[in-house]
Amino acid sequence: MQYLIMALETPEAFDSRDDPERAGEYWASWSGYIDALRAAGVMEAAGGLLPPATSTTVRLREGQRLVQDGPYADTKEQLGGYFVIEVPDLDVALQWAARCPSAAYASVEVRPLMPARR
Amino acid sequence: MIDAARSAGEAAIEQVVESSYGRLVAYLASVSGDIAAAEDALSDAFLAAIRTWPQRGVPHRPDSWLVTVARRSLIDAARRRETAARALPEIARFNEEPGQLDLGDPDTVPDKRLELLFACAHPAVDPSMRSPLMLQAVLGLDAARIASAFLVSPSTMGQRLVRVKTKVRQARIPFTLPALNEIPERAGSVLDAIYVAYGTGWDDGDGPGRATGADQWNGLYPEAIRLATVLTDLLPDNAEAHGLLAMMLHSGARADARRSRDGEFVPLDQQDVTLWSRARMRAAEEHLAVALGLGQMGPYQLMGAIQSVHNLRAVTGQTDWAAIAELYDGLVAMTPTIGAYVARAKATSHTNGPAAALAQLDELPAARVSSYQPYWVVRAYCLREAGDRVAAAAAASQAIGLTSDPPTKRHLYREYLA
Repeated sequence: MQYLIMALETPEAFDSRDDPERAGEYWASWSGYIDALRAAGVMEAAGGLLPPATSTTVRLREGQRLVQDGPYADTKEQLGGYFVIEVPDLDVALQWAARCPSAAYASVEVRPLMPARR
Repeated sequence: MIDAARSAGEAAIEQVVESSYGRLVAYLASVSGDIAAAEDALSDAFLAAIRTWPQRGVPHRPDSWLVTVARRSLIDAARRRETAARALPEIARFNEEPGQLDLGDPDTVPDKRLELLFACAHPAVDPSMRSPLMLQAVLGLDAARIASAFLVSPSTMGQRLVRVKTKVRQARIPFTLPALNEIPERAGSVLDAIYVAYGTGWDDGDGPGRATGADQWNGLYPEAIRLATVLTDLLPDNAEAHGLLAMMLHSGARADARRSRDGEFVPLDQQDVTLWSRARMRAAEEHLAVALGLGQMGPYQLMGAIQSVHNLRAVTGQTDWAAIAELYDGLVAMTPTIGAYVARAKATSHTNGPAAALAQLDELPAARVSSYQPYWVVRAYCLREAGDRVAAAAAASQAIGLTSDPPTKRHLYREYLA
């Protein structure tokens, strides 16, 4: 079964990516997580996202194009990265979610991927 | 006046829930063969108590009062489902045991908790559900709390608890004591389930602990202690029960020393021994002495003895690694678990050096250790002791990726990667 692990990040966490004081520990936690996922042979795909300010949102409404700088929802926690893992069940997926660094300071959402349709 | 009576009633209810919940569920489950029905009937009885005790006063024997009401509710529920075949055995059992509940006797509610513990850890019950079932039936923990401790979705845990209780009822798992010669093995299953509860919440740390300044334990440590205490009270001649309790008390004795004032992780060898709980260590030593006096060695007693040697540092100022290594040799011979092998390798690094320890680690099957956090922590330690800082950093990175506890992650980063 494939699950998407959505790692939400706080503004402080996005900031620590290039803060000389905090970047070392920040990146060590993520590369450790990736090392562990790889060693377990469960990682199907992964990606890190640039901060929400780099985002652009597009909507089409009644023939009008609405283009907006930044993410659509203005919440504190924003998607910072994702992992697709292949594991036997949700229990195992939740174990990996708990190890995801941002689970400790933001939150991690786990959702099953739709099975492939023919 | 009315308020005072009401709060006295409420306080009495709270006190009964606190002290008698498991006893009452155990008794009701033992007469009905149905844990879920027993729990439902008891909550009906508590509701009735909330309605009547504040006005009419707390009954002379609250436990008996509750059991009487709950028993009525069990029978009513069974009658309502009378067409369903499942109701029949319950009614039949009530009819078979008409004199079971003698309300004239002050000690009317017989203690069936041991029978309930054996039923929860029965061989026919899915091993992964034995611990959750015990926590709910004996201690009354709700499914959401159990789910978080076991890192399972709350709806999933709720469904699994319903399913396992249905199994107990339908398979007619008996609420009786096993034959005397079967008790050690059956008690072993109960102990294993308690050990599972003990291990929740800190799978990547070195023992139970608390968030700095908070009363809240990071798992089910107090619940595991309560279950093991019940078991040692009811099975005083079971050496392993005393051994498990001794191990948990010794390990929990160090809880307040595992975090510094500012919440950072403090490894065992750097802990301030004056912060170790003398009361827990004393209680642990008493149980260990009882266990060893019974002359039936077992893995939980060895684990208790290992923790005892660690905690002796509070007295002697040093750690007798040779004794610990020897105890681990005994433990891996008895129960060859990955955890025991990894912990033995750490002891070996102190007695025979890091190369010998790494050789032991290399013998472990890769598939079993690739996601086992303590393996990578010990490996990083041994590699650094052997002078290979690069390989130590790589092992530490794996350990960080398998850790969920932020202070532990931070500690590993500072030790090996900063």
